[in-house]
Amino acid sequence: MEILVCVKRVPDTAENEIEVNRDGTDIERDDLVYSVNEWDNYAVEEAIQIRDRVGGTVTVVSVGDEESEEILRREMAMGADKGVLLSDAAFEGSDGRGVAAILKAEAEKGHYDLILTGALADDGAGEVGGMLAAMLDRPYASLVNHIEVEKGQPTIKVGREIEGGNQEMNEIDLPCVLSIQTGINEPRYVGIRGIRKVASLDIPVHGAADLGIAPEQVGAAAALVKRRDYFVPDLGAGAEILEGSTEEVIDKLINILKAQGGLK
Amino acid sequence: MADTIFAYITHGNAVADDTALEMIGAARKISPAAALTAIVVGSGADVDAVCSQMSASFNEVWKIDDAVLAYPNAEMIRKLLVNILPEQAVILVPHDTFGMDLSPGLSIKLDCAFLSDAVDIEGLEGTVLKAVRQEYGGAVSTHVDCDVSRGAVINVRPGAFAADESKSASGKVVDKSSLAGDLSCGRRFLEVVEAEVGDVDITKAEVLVSVGRGIEDEENLEIVEELAEAMGTVVSCSRPIVDAKWMEKSRQVGTSGQTVKPKVYLALGISGSFQHLGGLKGNPFIVAVNKNPKAPIFQVADVGVVDDILEFVPELTEKISAA
Repeated sequence: MEILVCVKRVPDTAENEIEVNRDGTDIERDDLVYSVNEWDNYAVEEAIQIRDRVGGTVTVVSVGDEESEEILRREMAMGADKGVLLSDAAFEGSDGRGVAAILKAEAEKGHYDLILTGALADDGAGEVGGMLAAMLDRPYASLVNHIEVEKGQPTIKVGREIEGGNQEMNEIDLPCVLSIQTGINEPRYVGIRGIRKVASLDIPVHGAADLGIAPEQVGAAAALVKRRDYFVPDLGAGAEILEGSTEEVIDKLINILKAQGGLK
Repeated sequence: MADTIFAYITHGNAVADDTALEMIGAARKISPAAALTAIVVGSGADVDAVCSQMSASFNEVWKIDDAVLAYPNAEMIRKLLVNILPEQAVILVPHDTFGMDLSPGLSIKLDCAFLSDAVDIEGLEGTVLKAVRQEYGGAVSTHVDCDVSRGAVINVRPGAFAADESKSASGKVVDKSSLAGDLSCGRRFLEVVEAEVGDVDITKAEVLVSVGRGIEDEENLEIVEELAEAMGTVVSCSRPIVDAKWMEKSRQVGTSGQTVKPKVYLALGISGSFQHLGGLKGNPFIVAVNKNPKAPIFQVADVGVVDDILEFVPELTEKISAA
């Protein structure tokens, strides 16, 4: 099975406190630690496990600048066979639709049975997978937390996470596009030695011309949804923050818990 | 532009979801004067019941009744909507697991903008819709401009808009079933597998000690279990703990986990994403402990402690046990 996994380099929210910069034009990018988007990492792990069961290849692809190469290499250290970076000045400022159009052009250069994306990324829109599927005219399922692949079969079985912890099971025709929910598997650890092993592998860079994309179809000018600024909403008082030494705070908290019925 | 705004109504057991009336609130913010049309899709008596409920609140209700639509398969409903919607339509969809499945692809097939997970709408200026979204799990918000000149699919966050309970419309129900067209698609619904019932039922607890990513390591879970024991209650958790396989799915609070209604909720090392808070009902008294003073949980909590749970929780347990 030929599998393409779309990955994105994002600020690591487990390692950073995300704050708005002084003039609200962006988040504060100084000293940010970046990593592969968490959902995408689950998608790559799932692709590797499927390949290991039924054979084939896993290709990871990212739309980004040259710094995205490091996350492609990390996912290759996990076990992806190939990496491709889609990078061009014309791609900058693309909205989700633009990113999906760029990925579509790359997807059409291969013969992929399965295309995976993460269900969400840093901007929380969760849109690229569904858009890509519609552009490619392939069936789609989102929030996938279970995949059953049988070698040589024209369909696969997928579970979707729905409300209340329930799971919606579907049969879906190949080739298809799936967006992957966290928790579907346990992504393997990648050590520094693993990354060294793939350090010399070639990661081709494809630009707009290589992909046959007219620059005006993507980028900021083509975007239908544009971010105007970043801000932190004023949501009123918020919590009463307990101050003092740890001991004082604990005494106050115990009294509050008793008053609220949290402690007998 | 946007003389009519459509709303896709999700429903279950013959009752419209709460989001149905919230979308009226959202639509009024887009255009106070627009006519509102509800689209109700399903099969049999359920559809009629939901259509009748919606006719009290929408100017028009489009009913699509077809046995193949008994379960809302987003791939099929996408084709249906492409077949029945007029050009340049503006349609609102709840941003739940169905809307997330449906809307991105729908916007491509309608060749229009997609605005995902809108939490507020400022209004329409010409053909630009000004709206508010959140990024990084709610840590920051953004003002966005959405070009609706070719129409738009707008996913509305459940609970973010005030529901319009006025029931001031008396809309007619129009049966559009005959226009559904070809609904064949490459994805077939099989079944819903119900969530497993775990060893502990967190939905019945009056007090919950809930733990999130701030616990850092599986071994550290011991400290929250000890606190729960000292308080005579049980431990629940947020999604990352279940993703890491440290606790059972049945212990997860959130839209993709359990809905709980405790009187007191201790959120320990939980940042407070809207998906997590979506599982917290009945207006509990929330105590948040988090080392990040900017964690969104402090905006909804009643009382907050800015501290590392790994240090704070054992001391709290000790004090409670000693009392």
